[in-house]
Amino acid sequence: MLKVEHLTKMFGGLAAVNDVSVEFGANQINAIIGPNGAGKSTFFNLISGVHQPTSGRILLDGTDVTTMRCDHVARLGVGRTFQTTNLFETATVLDNLIVGHRLRTHSGLWDVLINSKRLQAEEKAAREKAREALDFVGLTHAENRYIADCTQEERKRVAFALALATDPKIVLLDEPAAGVNPEETEGLAELMKKMVKNGLTVCLIEHKMDMIMGIADKIMVLDHGEKIAEGTPEEVKNNPVVIEAYLGSDHDAAA
Amino acid sequence: MTTFLQQVFNGLTLGSIYGLVALGLTLVYGILHIPNFAHGALYMVGAFMSYFFMVDMGVHYWVAMAGSAVVVAVLGIICERLVFHPLRNSPPIHDKIAAIGILLFLEAVVHMFWGSDFRRMSTPFGGVVNLDGVFLREQGILIIASTVVLVVALNLFLRKTMVGATIIAMAQNREGAFLVGIDANRVAMMTFAISGILAAVAATLYAPMNLVYPAMGHLVIMKAFVIIILGGMGSIPGAIVGGMIIGFAEAFGGYYISDAYKDIIAFALLVVILSIRPQGLFAKGAH
Amino acid sequence: MMFKLGALIMHPASKYVLLALAVLFPALASNEYQVYVMATAFIWAIAVYGFNVITGYCGQLNLAHGGFFAIGAYAVALLTADYGWNFWPAFIAALVITAVLGFLVGAVSLRLKEHYFAIFTLCVGFIIYLLLDKWEELTHGAIGVRGIAAPDGFGLVNFRETIPVYYLILFFLVFIIWFTSRIQKSLLGRTFIAIRNGDDLAESLGINLMKNKILAFVISTTYAGLAGALYAGMIRFVGPEDGNILHTFNMITYLLVGGIGTLFGPLIGTLGIVWITQSLQFLEEYRMIIFGPLLVILVIFFPLGVSGSFLTWMHRKAQALGLGPKKVQQESKVNTAREVENNA
Repeated sequence: MLKVEHLTKMFGGLAAVNDVSVEFGANQINAIIGPNGAGKSTFFNLISGVHQPTSGRILLDGTDVTTMRCDHVARLGVGRTFQTTNLFETATVLDNLIVGHRLRTHSGLWDVLINSKRLQAEEKAAREKAREALDFVGLTHAENRYIADCTQEERKRVAFALALATDPKIVLLDEPAAGVNPEETEGLAELMKKMVKNGLTVCLIEHKMDMIMGIADKIMVLDHGEKIAEGTPEEVKNNPVVIEAYLGSDHDAAA
Repeated sequence: MTTFLQQVFNGLTLGSIYGLVALGLTLVYGILHIPNFAHGALYMVGAFMSYFFMVDMGVHYWVAMAGSAVVVAVLGIICERLVFHPLRNSPPIHDKIAAIGILLFLEAVVHMFWGSDFRRMSTPFGGVVNLDGVFLREQGILIIASTVVLVVALNLFLRKTMVGATIIAMAQNREGAFLVGIDANRVAMMTFAISGILAAVAATLYAPMNLVYPAMGHLVIMKAFVIIILGGMGSIPGAIVGGMIIGFAEAFGGYYISDAYKDIIAFALLVVILSIRPQGLFAKGAH
Repeated sequence: MMFKLGALIMHPASKYVLLALAVLFPALASNEYQVYVMATAFIWAIAVYGFNVITGYCGQLNLAHGGFFAIGAYAVALLTADYGWNFWPAFIAALVITAVLGFLVGAVSLRLKEHYFAIFTLCVGFIIYLLLDKWEELTHGAIGVRGIAAPDGFGLVNFRETIPVYYLILFFLVFIIWFTSRIQKSLLGRTFIAIRNGDDLAESLGINLMKNKILAFVISTTYAGLAGALYAGMIRFVGPEDGNILHTFNMITYLLVGGIGTLFGPLIGTLGIVWITQSLQFLEEYRMIIFGPLLVILVIFFPLGVSGSFLTWMHRKAQALGLGPKKVQQESKVNTAREVENNA
C-alpha cells in the first residue's frame, strides 16, 4: 500500500527523519510512536507532500509520489488530519464538510457565473458525500450545529469526516485522540476500526499507548528521526531498544 | 570623489535612522510576532512630542527627546496592554487590523491638536562641517553617533542584564520561555517600551533635517518593514544591516538615478528580492 | 420577538424590498446631493465586495486593494482624457488592466504567507501611489486628470446627470452582489474559505493553493477596477490621492463593521459608515478618532461585525428553538432556511 524507502529529511544541518524504510500494508491500522521531537509529524508531512524529502522514495500503490505536491498526493487518495484543525467556526458542520469533495470536482469561475449543470451536479454530489462522511463518523444529528458549538470530541470527528470526504485510500491521523477523555478515546478507536473494515488503510501518530496497543496491526517506533523498531504491539512492547528510548528521554511522551 | 563621499555620509545618516526605526519593529516582531503597522505612528508621535516640549514648554533639545521617549514608551505599553495582549490568540489578520486602527487613531489625534501643517523643528546642532569639500551636517554626525551609542547600549542591555536575557530567550523560543517561568507579560511590555523609545529618539534626531507633520510616519514605517524583511524578521543585526542597505541605496539612487523616484527604490528592491527569495534575504531555517 | 424580526429580515423577499428601496431612493431623497452621496457609497461598496473576496473569504489581507481601485480610475481617466477613447471601451480596458495586473501581482505576492503578504501588498499599494504621483508623463502627477469622459448614454438617458448615473452604479452593485453570492454558495467559494481556514488543511484536501488564491485575487482586483472606473466616470476628476493607502484602511473599516466574510457585510458597513460620517459633518476631519478605536474594539470583541453577529445569533436561536432538521417533513423548510442564510 504505502512503501517508504530510505527516507531522509534535513532541516538546516539536522536530520528530522533519517533513512527510514517501512512498508504499511493495506487494510490495516499502522501506528507511529516515539518521544516528542522524534520526527513523527515530519514523516507525515513528507508522505503527504508538505515537505520534499532530502533523499529516499515514497511509493503509494506502486506510484512514485516522492516529489509530488500536496494537492496531487491528496487527489491520489491520501487523506489526513492535523493535531489541531482550524475550521470555519461560525458555519455549520455540514457546510464545513462540503469542500472535502472539492478535489473530485472540476467547476471553475465560468460554471459559477452561468450556474452550469455541471456545477449543480457537482455541488449535489459534494453535499451527499459530506452527509455520507458525517453519517460514517456518527454526527448526522449535529450537521446543522456551528463548529463553535461543538465539543472537542465532535471536532475530532468532523476532522475525520473532512478527510473521509476526499475519498481517500489511506488516512494519516496526527494524534487523533489528543485532548479527549478515555471514554471518547474508545469511541474514536472504534471509528478507526470501522474505517479499516470499510476498506481504508489507517496510519496514525499517537501517544496514548493503551489505545495503540489495543488497535494497531503494526507499530513503527521513531527516535531522533530514526526507525528503532517495528512490529506487532507485542513485539514492540518487549523490545529493549524501545523501552530504553522511552525511559531515556522525556517521560511525559510515554504517558 | 567628493560627491561620492558626500553620498556615503548621507547614506550613513539615512541608514542610521532607518535602522533605529526598524530595530524597534523587529524587536516587537521577534518577540510577539506582531507586524506593528502602528510603529510609524509612534515615530510620528515621538516627533510631535519633542516639538511640543521644545516649542510649548521651552525645554532643551535633549530634555525634549527624553520626555518624548518616555511618552512614546508609555504609549507603546498601553497599546500592548489594551490591544495586542487581548488579541494574542486571535486569527493572524486581527492584530494587523487592530494595529491599523491604532495608527489611524494616533494620526487623527495629532491632526486634531496640531493640524496638518508642516512644521520645522530646531536643533542646537544646525551647523555644517566642511571636510575638504564634503559637507557634514552636525545633525547628521549626531544621528550616526547616537545610533552607534544606542545600538551598543541595546546590545549590552540584551546580553548583560537579566531582563534583556529574558527578552532574548522569548524571542528564540516562546513556548520554552513559558515553561521556564518567564513572565511573558512583562517581556511584552518591556519590548514595546524599548521599541517606543527607539522610535521617539529616531524621530527627534531626524525631524530637524526633515519636517514634522501627521503623515510623516507613513514612508518611514513602510521602509522599516522592507528593512526587516531584508534583514530577516526578528533579527537585530539584520535591522541595522538592512537599514544601511536602504539608506545607501536611497542616497546613491537619489543622486545618480533620480531624486523623484528615490522613495520607490526601497519598495522596488523588496519586490525584486521577495520575487526571487520569498523568505527574505537573510532569513534562516526552513520556517 | 427579536427572533421574529430577524426571521423577517432573513426572509428571501427582504432583498427585493431592499432593491425596491434602492430604486426608489432618488424619489425619496430630499435633494440631489443625497443621491450623489449614495452613488459614491455604492461605488465604495463594490470595491469593498472585492476586498471581501480576497480578505474575507480567502483570508489574505491585501493592503494594495485601494491601489487597484486607483488603477481602474486612472485607466478610464487617461484613456478618455488623453487618448480620446469613449467611456465604455475605456471601462472594459480598465477591467482588463486591473485583472492582468492583479494576476501579475498575485502570482508574486501570494507565494508569501500572512504577515509577509500583508507587508508586501502594503508596499505594492505604496508603489502604485508613488507612481501616480511622480510619473508625470503618464499620470499628470500631482495635478491629476481632468476632462474624463462620462459614460455614454442612450436615447434620453444622459449619464452626466446624477440620477441616471446613480442607476448605472446601482445596476453594477446589484450585479456584483449577485455574482458574489453565486461565488460564496458555490464550491469555489467553499474552496476560498477552506484556504482561509488554513493553507495546510486546504492542501491536504487536494486544493491547489496558488491557483485558487490567484483566482480570488484577480476577482478582487477586478471588482476594485470596476469601482474605480465607475468613480472616474462619475466624479470625472482623478488625482494621486485616490490611490492613498487611507482608502484601503477605510475599506477595512467598512468591511469589519459590516461583517467580514459575509455577503451583506460590505453593503451594510459601507452604507452605514458613509451615512454616519455624512450626518456628522463636523466629524469628517476627525472621524478616525472614533473609527480607529472602533476597529480595535471590533476585532477584539465583535470580530464578526454587524452581519456576522446577526447571522450567528439567529442560527443559535433557531437551534435552541429546535428548528433543526429532526423530522423529515421539516426538511424542505429547513433547506429554505439554510438557503436564506447562505443568501444573507
